[in-house]
Amino acid sequence: MGSELTADKVLDCTGLLCPIPVVKTSAAIKEIDVGQILEMVATDPGAPPDMEAWARQTGHELITQTADGGEYRFWFKRTR
Amino acid sequence: MTASTSEPAVRAVPDESPGAEAEPARKSLALVASKGGLDEVYPVLIMASTAAALGWDTRVFCTFYGLDIVNPKRNKKLKVSAVGNAASPPPLERGPEFRVPTILGILPGMNWVATKMMKSWMKKSNIPDFSGMMDICLENGVQFYACATTMGVMNVAQSDVMPEASCLGATAFLDFAADADIALFV
Repeated sequence: MGSELTADKVLDCTGLLCPIPVVKTSAAIKEIDVGQILEMVATDPGAPPDMEAWARQTGHELITQTADGGEYRFWFKRTR
Repeated sequence: MTASTSEPAVRAVPDESPGAEAEPARKSLALVASKGGLDEVYPVLIMASTAAALGWDTRVFCTFYGLDIVNPKRNKKLKVSAVGNAASPPPLERGPEFRVPTILGILPGMNWVATKMMKSWMKKSNIPDFSGMMDICLENGVQFYACATTMGVMNVAQSDVMPEASCLGATAFLDFAADADIALFV
C-alpha cells in the first residue's frame, strides 16, 4: 500500500537504534515542504511504536507503514 | 532561565504563532542527572536527545557526579563500574544466564574491562559515543545546567564547565521542573 505513495525524500535509518532514527526523522522532516512526504526505513524493532509516538508528539501525519521481515517503512506527511 | 523565573507558577500560555492556531503547547522535560558512570549517563543523553527531537523544551540539571557530564576534562573518560554491579555480564561470550560474581569487580582492571565492553556494544549498535550523543543533544537544543552547589563542593569553576552549560541552583531548576510535563531523576 505504501509503495503507491511517492516520497519527496527518503531517509535510511537501517541498522540504527533509538534515539538516532527519531533524531534523523525530526531533522529530515524540516528539509521538505509542508504537504510533502518523507519515507523512512528502519530495522529497529522499537521503531513502529516509536514513530507512531513521534507523529503524535510532533503533529506530523503518519500516512501509512509497512513491516516486511525485519524492515519497517513509514510515510510521513509534513503538516506544519 | 529567562522564561521560568519571570513567569508566575501557572502553565505558560502556548505561543500563538501566526497560521498555527491549533498549535499544541510545547511540552517540556526536566531531567536531574546525579550519576557519572557511563552506563548512568547514556540513558540521560538518550532521553534528552529524544525529547528534544520531539520538539520539547528539554533541560538537564547536572548535579553531584552528574556534573562530569558537562565537564570537558572528565566527560571523555566516563567509566562503567564493575564493583557492586550485580547485572555485570561476562567479558567472554557466554550464555545470558552467566554473571560475573560481583566480588571479582574489585580486581584491578575490571572497570576498564566493563567500560571497554559497554563502548564496544554501543559501537556495534551504531549508537554514537559520549561526544556524539552530547553533540546531538546540543544541536537539538537541550539545555544543560551545572549545579551551583556541586561546583562549590567539588571545586569546579565555571571555566571548567562547557560553555553551553550555565551554572544554576536547585531552586531555579525546580522552578522550571514545577511547570514541566515530565520530571525525571537519574
